[in-house]
Amino acid sequence: MEEHKHNDEVVSDRQIRRRTILSFIGFFVFIGVGFLAFRWLYHTPDAAGVHAPLRKGYEVNEKIFGSTFNKNKLVKTYPLSAAVKNVRVNGDVGMGNDFDVSTWRMHLVRKPGDTLLISLADIKALPKTEVIFDFKCIEGWSQVTHWGGVRFSDFLAKNGITDLAAFKYVGLQTPDKQYYVGIDMSSMMQPQTLLCYEMNGKPLPYDQGAPLRLIIPVKYGIKHLKRIGYLFFSNQKPPDYWAERGYDYYSGH
Amino acid sequence: MKRIVKKHPLAIRWFHWVNFPVLAMMVWSGLLIYWANDIYKVGWGDRTVLHFFPDSFYKAFNISGRLAEGMALHFVFMWLFFINGFLYVLYTIISGEWRYLWPDRRSFKEAIEVLLHDLHLPKTLPPQSKYNAAQRIAYSAIIVMGFGSVATGLSIYKPVQFGWLCTLCGGYEVARIIHFILTLGYSVFFVIHIVQVVLAGWANFRSMVTGFDVEQIPLPPAELPVIKEVDPQNS
Repeated sequence: MEEHKHNDEVVSDRQIRRRTILSFIGFFVFIGVGFLAFRWLYHTPDAAGVHAPLRKGYEVNEKIFGSTFNKNKLVKTYPLSAAVKNVRVNGDVGMGNDFDVSTWRMHLVRKPGDTLLISLADIKALPKTEVIFDFKCIEGWSQVTHWGGVRFSDFLAKNGITDLAAFKYVGLQTPDKQYYVGIDMSSMMQPQTLLCYEMNGKPLPYDQGAPLRLIIPVKYGIKHLKRIGYLFFSNQKPPDYWAERGYDYYSGH
Repeated sequence: MKRIVKKHPLAIRWFHWVNFPVLAMMVWSGLLIYWANDIYKVGWGDRTVLHFFPDSFYKAFNISGRLAEGMALHFVFMWLFFINGFLYVLYTIISGEWRYLWPDRRSFKEAIEVLLHDLHLPKTLPPQSKYNAAQRIAYSAIIVMGFGSVATGLSIYKPVQFGWLCTLCGGYEVARIIHFILTLGYSVFFVIHIVQVVLAGWANFRSMVTGFDVEQIPLPPAELPVIKEVDPQNS
């Protein structure tokens, strides 16, 4: 590279020292600014369990990746033989023992003051959909599992409430309201999102959220609420248990 | 008489020094995430030679129970890591600096000679330009690794939207393993890099900050010993 040759300069020791010191001053300023930026980050106010700029980061990522989300794109499915028999149980918030499966009804809040009570028989009367997919926990593990239930989109259509799909979010809560999630409508309307009442071809086990849970393969496990008590619609983000504890609200794939 | 020889362009120094804290942050936040499902080990059957990571390691660095913080950091700093790396690659291509960095057909043979020389085995150092053959391979490999981290990272971050990439990386779990191994790779690179920088001495380190090397002007030639060749024009 000839250009280097032309850039060579004859200099004195003093000039070398001067240029070296100037460069290193710049270098230390760079380190100082980096250090201050880091200190600043860790002194910003808390925004639901994380520092505010990091929460902002989640939200920007949600905008970017949420905007390219395609609700017609299917999650990879597996043959029945790939599904595990021992399905991991992770988390029991909202799963208190003072609960009677036989008297359970899902509260479908169409709008404030207008609630439908849905029984398991009502749900089972709708067409059944099964999905065998790689269930991914936000902790980093995954399991191929087999679920059966009613597509959320079918559920809306069969109840004649497709107009509710115009809302931006769906909120779900356990009967005791101890666990709750909020999910964007396009993820809810993805055809593999189920109101689920079967696991491995059998009724949903108690610790897996009997009688009805959410299975939403385009989200991490934290969104797959067990034991649905309440279902409602909103244009504001419904409260979300783990998003209040530092996790990403979107938590989508 | 001395002269200043320009060695590292300002852009490359910026990319290098920005990358250092950003990659450190990616490794650190990655550790906070990995802790939540720390299943990797070196061993066979039931025998574990080395578990990633021992409890003492988690304790020493206070890593336990910080998954949310780790993810929040990881998904902000990933942009800095990606943009800085992307601009670096773009710059090396446009400026022609890649010619000093990308290994050529002689590099692999010469890299062995460099290695033997560095291990104090009898071997003369092959002639080199700005970077020796071992450096070319290492600095190019680290870029390939960077691409690998972005690809496997996207595969585990958005396995549905980037389903094709996830499949290409061997699936969700394989992508996670590769992502982890690459991180170990950066850590090994870092240790070797620091050792080499220390061994190479002050002038070499200074050039990564100031951008220049200082060279004696060999005049008159008869009175001075031969100066080590660092002139990049020999490349």
